[in-house]
Amino acid sequence: MKQSSNRAFLSGNAAIARGAWEAGVRFAAAYPGTPSTEILEYCGTYAEIDAQWSVNEKTAMETVIGACYGGARALCAQKHVGLNVAADPFFTVGYTGVNAGLVIVSADDPGMHSSQNEQDNRYYAMMAKIPMFEPSNSQEAKDMTKAAVKMSEEYDTPVMLRTTTRTSHSESIVSLGERETAPEREFVRDMGKYCVLPHNARRLHVKVEERLKKIAEFGNNCEFNRIESGDKRIGIISSGISYCHAREVFPDVSYLKLGLTFPMPVELIKKFAESVETLIVIEENEPFIETVVRTLGIKCIGKDRLPVCGELNPDIIHESLSEFIEKPMPALTKPPAVDIPVRPPVLCPGCPHRGVFFMLRKHDCTVTGDIGCYSLGAFAPHNAMHTIVCMGASITNSLGIEKAMKEKIHGKLVAVLGESTFMHSGITGLLDTVYNQGRHVTIILDNSITAMTGHQQNPASGHTLKGAPAKVLDFEAICHACGVTNVYTIDPFDLKAVESTLKQALSESEPAVIIARRPCFLLKNYKPKVHLVSIKRDKCVKCGICWKLGCPAIEVNQQDGKTQINPTLCVHCGLCAAVCKPGAITQAKEEV
Amino acid sequence: MAKNILLCGVGGQGTLLASNLLAECAMEAGFDVKKSEIHGMAQRGGSVVSHVRFGDRICSPIIRKGECDILLAFEELEALRWTEYLKPGGLVISNAQNILPMSVSAGNAKYPTGITEALAAISADVTSVDAIGKARELGNQKCLNVVLLGVLARRIDEIKPEIWPEMIRKMVPERLQELNLKAFKTGWNLA
Repeated sequence: MKQSSNRAFLSGNAAIARGAWEAGVRFAAAYPGTPSTEILEYCGTYAEIDAQWSVNEKTAMETVIGACYGGARALCAQKHVGLNVAADPFFTVGYTGVNAGLVIVSADDPGMHSSQNEQDNRYYAMMAKIPMFEPSNSQEAKDMTKAAVKMSEEYDTPVMLRTTTRTSHSESIVSLGERETAPEREFVRDMGKYCVLPHNARRLHVKVEERLKKIAEFGNNCEFNRIESGDKRIGIISSGISYCHAREVFPDVSYLKLGLTFPMPVELIKKFAESVETLIVIEENEPFIETVVRTLGIKCIGKDRLPVCGELNPDIIHESLSEFIEKPMPALTKPPAVDIPVRPPVLCPGCPHRGVFFMLRKHDCTVTGDIGCYSLGAFAPHNAMHTIVCMGASITNSLGIEKAMKEKIHGKLVAVLGESTFMHSGITGLLDTVYNQGRHVTIILDNSITAMTGHQQNPASGHTLKGAPAKVLDFEAICHACGVTNVYTIDPFDLKAVESTLKQALSESEPAVIIARRPCFLLKNYKPKVHLVSIKRDKCVKCGICWKLGCPAIEVNQQDGKTQINPTLCVHCGLCAAVCKPGAITQAKEEV
Repeated sequence: MAKNILLCGVGGQGTLLASNLLAECAMEAGFDVKKSEIHGMAQRGGSVVSHVRFGDRICSPIIRKGECDILLAFEELEALRWTEYLKPGGLVISNAQNILPMSVSAGNAKYPTGITEALAAISADVTSVDAIGKARELGNQKCLNVVLLGVLARRIDEIKPEIWPEMIRKMVPERLQELNLKAFKTGWNLA
C-alpha cells in the first residue's frame, strides 16, 4: 500500500478495502468483475481479512451471509451484472438481517467500459429494501464502508455500497485510520430469524418496513446527506460521481449532496427544495432521485435535459444545462486534419484462444459465446462469435438454437467459454444439454486463470486469492460426470489437432466437449520453451491467411504489402508458421 | 488553480505507472489530486488514457475537453487521438514512436503520415522526443514511461524538482530504482 504518514492516494476500490479493514471486517468474498475486482485484491493484502475468490457472485454472497451469521463482519463485492447472479440471496438477507455487520458492494459501469449493459443498481436497493450508500470519492468510499458496517449492526440489516467505474477506478487522497476491534460474536440458532419459511418471512417483511422507516429518519439527519449553501437561485441535488462533475460546472450554487440515497431523506429534500429558486437533479443513468423528488410534488429539472444513456461528465452537464450557466463551454482545439484509425483491444500475441477462433471461422461454425477475453473473438478478423448474452450463457444458448433449428444446425453449432466462466455458471448448462438431448459442441478455453479482469486465481489455477495452494478441478472428470461421453483435450497451439478434433466432435450425434488447454501467455511465472519463428519475405505471396489470425505481431508492410513480423511483439507461438502455405514463415525445429 | 494533464498511449507502455508517479509527486507537493483511468482492456493493446488533475481543490476526476494543459503522449497516433482535450495552445509532449493498431497491421487502414505537421498545426508548443530510443540506450525499453515523466517534470513548475527522484525511490522496487532514476534524468535533460 502506497502511503505517506496518515494519508494515501487510493482508488475507490482500495479505499473500500481499507474501510473494511478499519471497520474490523474479517471475511470478504467475490467473483472478479470490472470495475469491482480490485476490492477483493486489496482486501487480500490485509492479514486480518480472510479474502476469497468464489466461483460466482451467488456463492460469494451466500458465503458472506454465512460469515456474518457466524459472527464475522463481512463484505462481498461484485460488478452490477454480478448482483443479478447473486440477487436471490441478496433479497433474502434483506429479510433475515445480520448477526455481525454485512456490506454488499455493487460497482456499476455507466458508459459500459467493460460490460454488457448499464443497469442502474440503485433500484436493487429499493427493490430489496436494503439501505444504500453512494460515495463520490475515495475518502467517502472508505468512510461509507465503515458507516455501512455500523449501520448494518445497529439496524440489523445488510447495507449496500454502490460505486460506479469512476468512483471505483479514480484515485484521490484518503486519511487513514486504525483498525477497530469488533466484538466477539458467534452463530446463535434462531429459527424465526434465519429460516425464511413463509410464516417467518411474513413477520420479517413487517420488520423490514419498520426498519426502513427508522433508517429514513436517520437519513434526514446523517452526516452523509448535507446541504451545502451557495447561490440560492439554483439548487442541485446530486450523489456519487455526478456530484463531483456538477461541482465542476456549477461551483457556486447550493447543493443537497446525498450519500445515503436509499431510503431517501424526504424531509431534507423538501427543506432544500423550498430554499432554492430552480431545482435541478443531476444523476447518471436512471432518474432514481428525480422520481422521488417528483413524487413529492416538487418541480425539478432532470432527465428532461440530462441523458439517461451513457456516462455523465462535466461537458455533458454543461451542454445540457447551458441556459443556467453564464460561462461558455471551453474553447476547443481544432481537430487534426488527419484520419485516425481506431485502436481496439485485441487478443495478445501468444494468446491460446487465437487458433481455436481461426478454425471456427475456417469451418464456418455458428458460435454462441460468453464473457471473457475470448469475447474479442466476435471482432474481425476472427468474426467467430455470434451471440454473447451473459456469464455462462454460451452452452444453453446453443442448446436453445438446436431446439429451434434441429437438423438445420447440427454439425455446425459450437459453444465457446473460458474455464472460469464454465465453473461460474457453465456446468449447469452442460448438464442441461446432456439431459435434454442436445448435441452441439462445447469448447472450454482453459488458460488456467481468470484473465480478462487481470489474472485472478480460480479453481483451475492451483492457488487461492491469498496464495495458498489449492486443488485443481478435473475438467475432464466433471464433463464425464455430467454425462458427456465425448470429451477431448487438446493443445490449442497444435492447429492440426484443433481442426481434426473439431471435425470429429461436430460429427458426433451426442454432445461433445473439447478442452483447449494452455496457460495465458501473460501469466507471471509462465515461461515456456519456444521454437523461434522467422519469415523469408521474398517468399511471401500476400495471400493474407496469416492476417486472419489477428495477431498484433503480424504486420502488413506499408510499402510492399507483404507480411512482416514485429520482433518486439512476437512470442513465437508458431500459429502463423502453421497457416503459411507458401512457407514464407517458418518455425525452428529446436527449442530455445 | 487546477493543472490538467492527460497521459495517453497503448496498453503495455506503462502509462499507468507514469500517472501514478505524477499524482504522488503532486500530492507530495501539497496539492489536492485526482486521477482517473479506465482499466479492464488496458492489457490487450488498446488505446489507454489517464487523467491527472491537481490544484487547491479538485472536484471531477475527469479533464474537460479544451481544458487539458499538457498532453503527454506515449505514441504519436494516440497524441492525435486525444488532442480534442487540449486547451488551445496547450503543451504536447509526444514520444516519437509508432505502434500499428490492428486495423493498420491487417491492412485495412493506413497509419497517418505527417503527424508532426498535424500536431504543429494544433499547438505552437509541441515537444517531440525519442523517448523509446533513449530507453533502449539505457538497456530497458520499459523505462520509456519514466523518461517521458522526466520530460514532463521539466515543464511542471508547480512541483519542486527534488520531489520527483524522491518519489521514484519511494515507489519503484529497489532493483529498478537506479535504472528509473537514470531514465528520469535522461528525460529531464531532453526537455
